[in-house]
Amino acid sequence: MSTATATDETAVGTTREKPLGGRFVGATANYLDERTSLSGLVKELGRKIFPDHWSFMLGEIALWSFVVVLLSGTFLTFFFQASMVPTHYTGAYIPMRGVEMSAALDSTLRISFDIRGGLLVRQIHHWAALVFIAGIGVHMLRVFFTGAFRKPRELNWLIGFVLFVLAMGEGFTGYSLPDDLLSGNGLRIIDGMIKGIPLIGTWTSFLLFGGEFPGMQIVGRLYTLHILLLPAILVALLAAHLILMIINKHTQFAGPGRSNDNVVGYPMLPVYASKMGGFFFIVFGVIVLIASLFTINPVWNYGPYDPSPVSAGTQPDWYIGFADGALRLVPPHLETVFWDHTWSWNIILPITVLVLFIALVAFYPFIEAWITGDKREHHIAQRPRNAPTRTAIGAAGVTFYAVLWAAASSDIIATHFWVTMEGVIHTLQALLFVGPVIAYFVTKRIAIALQKKDREIALHGYESGRIVRLPGGEYIEVHQPVDEYERWKLVDFEIYEPLVVRPNSGGQIPWHQNFRASLSRWFFEDRLAPVTQAEVDEALSHQHHELDHIAEQEDAEIQAMHERAGVPDAPHHPITDGKQSETAVRPTNVIVTDEVVENTAADKGTSNTDVDPDDDVHPSGDTK
Amino acid sequence: MAHEDDPHGLDRASYQPSSGTAVAVTDPVRNPELPPHRERMTDKDPAAMKRAVRTIYTLFYISVAGSLWAVAAYMIFPIESGEIPAIRDNNLFIGLGIALALLAIGVAAIHWSKAVMSDKEHTEARHPTRGTDATRAGAVAVFEAANEESGFGRRTVIRGGLFAALIASILPAITLFRGLAPENTPERPNAGNPVYLLSHTMWKPGMRLAKDPEGTPIKASEVTLGSAVHVIPEPLAELSHEEGYLEEKAKAIVLLVRMLPEQITETPERATWSYDGIVAYSKVCTHVGCPVALYEQQTHHLLCPCHQSQFDVSDGAKVIFGPAARPLPQLPIEVDDEGYLVAQSDFTEPVGPSFWERH
Repeated sequence: MSTATATDETAVGTTREKPLGGRFVGATANYLDERTSLSGLVKELGRKIFPDHWSFMLGEIALWSFVVVLLSGTFLTFFFQASMVPTHYTGAYIPMRGVEMSAALDSTLRISFDIRGGLLVRQIHHWAALVFIAGIGVHMLRVFFTGAFRKPRELNWLIGFVLFVLAMGEGFTGYSLPDDLLSGNGLRIIDGMIKGIPLIGTWTSFLLFGGEFPGMQIVGRLYTLHILLLPAILVALLAAHLILMIINKHTQFAGPGRSNDNVVGYPMLPVYASKMGGFFFIVFGVIVLIASLFTINPVWNYGPYDPSPVSAGTQPDWYIGFADGALRLVPPHLETVFWDHTWSWNIILPITVLVLFIALVAFYPFIEAWITGDKREHHIAQRPRNAPTRTAIGAAGVTFYAVLWAAASSDIIATHFWVTMEGVIHTLQALLFVGPVIAYFVTKRIAIALQKKDREIALHGYESGRIVRLPGGEYIEVHQPVDEYERWKLVDFEIYEPLVVRPNSGGQIPWHQNFRASLSRWFFEDRLAPVTQAEVDEALSHQHHELDHIAEQEDAEIQAMHERAGVPDAPHHPITDGKQSETAVRPTNVIVTDEVVENTAADKGTSNTDVDPDDDVHPSGDTK
Repeated sequence: MAHEDDPHGLDRASYQPSSGTAVAVTDPVRNPELPPHRERMTDKDPAAMKRAVRTIYTLFYISVAGSLWAVAAYMIFPIESGEIPAIRDNNLFIGLGIALALLAIGVAAIHWSKAVMSDKEHTEARHPTRGTDATRAGAVAVFEAANEESGFGRRTVIRGGLFAALIASILPAITLFRGLAPENTPERPNAGNPVYLLSHTMWKPGMRLAKDPEGTPIKASEVTLGSAVHVIPEPLAELSHEEGYLEEKAKAIVLLVRMLPEQITETPERATWSYDGIVAYSKVCTHVGCPVALYEQQTHHLLCPCHQSQFDVSDGAKVIFGPAARPLPQLPIEVDDEGYLVAQSDFTEPVGPSFWERH
């Protein structure tokens, strides 16, 4: 296509015998270009290079599952009645016949039982929504742990964060639409939380529900949010997210030939168009496969909402779990009456903690940039070990989230593992504070240890598994050098120093500069200096020298053994017969030549016998 | 995008990347060039290429078969019987057909890109994100001209008026949203008063306690020792959804429990609120409003299944565990002439979750 438009542009007015793709395609391209300047876009973006890495696919999962959500959701809107007008169900599902329920649940049941394939689309929609939010989650973790949020991508991180929040909002509003027992209970919890907010809580709830809970309005209102307002914002921000990604170009991992000033990979057309397009169908296909095999949200088992019944062990959809868990971990009796008003600390506290937590996630790029003082553009995705403090902070955050998440299943944990509910809650309360601290220190140590290991391998090679005995009797494992491409992936090339406090123009050092400097020292403490080329060269020459030396000694020793065995002309290495030999190079193995078969027959049979009478320290069995 | 002369824009005067704390590595490890391109099997072996091409177009035709199968399954598996196995088959076989059709396209396209399309890596230069100095100067000139021509910066009174008008114009929109909730009307004088609504339930003196959801009144003699009964006000069962059945029920539900009178710890002012060991408590959790429906007979504990708050029914439904802060409100009960349990009054405090104006 790109060449079609490009050639056609030059060929306007003249008749070329055969444009690319045939006369019709050529004429169409010309028609379009003369009205849209599309050729410029194709020329600019058609061969744009995208780097390749499996983790860059995680965001694509989110993108494509969102497309699946849009497609399946559009189908559902043709049948769903977003109304709480009461009706008596008369559809195909016998156990619910005659039950009074809202039109919303009635139409949900009809989608499931009266429309062929309707249940499938409902399940596709729900599963795709779960995959969408999970996809965003892992994509965010990838971006966080590789430092891909650093300049110039801080704003895109913020946009992505808003997308995450919107996706959770979409999930919750959608979950509430069927107006079944479980979703009604979810709304009841939201209502209770809203009422606990100081000053505005009561009226916010009253306005949202159009009067008293549950009222007749909430499903219709959530539907407007679910299919109009939230998706409109989501699509707009998604477009901004992708446009910024194109402007900033994708980050890449360090590799041979890759630097901060280039991007190495495959062109949009044809490779990425095919890969990404194909991946859309794979994501879609996997979601359809799950939806056809696994039931989700069987509202027909729950029945219509009624404030009275409830079943034990109900769980929110997974992405709301952390918020529900926060509610559960609050200790009893946290409520005060102050200034003639009720302060529900058991609501205010968890909401504050959650808001602070996600605000920290949202603004982390700016916080880190302030601490490091780093204003450079970064296009190389860091390996998590090379930024130990950030990785440790991330691990602490993940632990915090995981504890809240586990708390949402505290009752299930208690019943499944036969432990007390109180024990589970108290343990999780303690873990909420202790867990992140432990995770921080353990992760930081592991990251630094991995960095040291990388440095070791880059400088001294990898453990080859080959054990060599030195003449003095010492055993060493021979280290083989890695090739320069591997080494380049192992070395880090960014180095930082903590900020230094400097007095301002008035000769003062303001407190916040001191604070910033101490944060900076904390952030960069225990850092390793990157390997330099001089170190590499020195290590390499040393290593070559060492390896040569080992080879020389080995040769001399084998030759001496051959001589003692009376076969001075025997080869020093196994005879290559086209097969890869698993046996180590030892005189007993290499001396097997036609001429000396008789001499060494005895040795062959009993290879455990020491063939070297001089070497009394040789534990012959060990070298097998 | 005039980067031709200085592709990285590093030479321009303004490009002084603030180094921050970054220190240049004095002797960085040399970046090796791209490793030599390794040919794939399909590049070296024409037979392998032929196989790959065959696999790809076969997958595309398998996809066609999957789509056709899904259409066929739509017709073969009817659901009109309303029986679960029929629904399941319809869901399963249409789904498998669509999944096959989609996965085959996906696998074929990716195999095409990985095995057949060129896998030569290309390198593209990056440019600093910020505009060149000339572009930025141009942008500043635009604003300067606009400012000069409009007097936006100079005519502060006009500017202030604009901002005031814009901010004020939001107010009507906010006001209109008052309509989200009802106003007071002569028929329903408290319809627009959330605090009043939250503070009153439909319980009235003498109103019989009835079983949830049938609405049959309960005699004190029917309540056996150790049992827990889910209770609604007797008239509630007659209400339809239009008449506020769910809204009233959400506030009025009660749990009735009978235990030995000596097991109950009662404050003097509540001594008359129970009847012969029968106590009635609001079933709406004081945390966020879930029904507190799980009663443990041996310990007299009530457990909320949502967030695991526990209340001691034998001791004023006080909170003994979990995030709830307040005891469940107690419904004062007595027995009427016919032996039925009736309410002495409404709850004496608002039921359910706390709210700002509660006190």
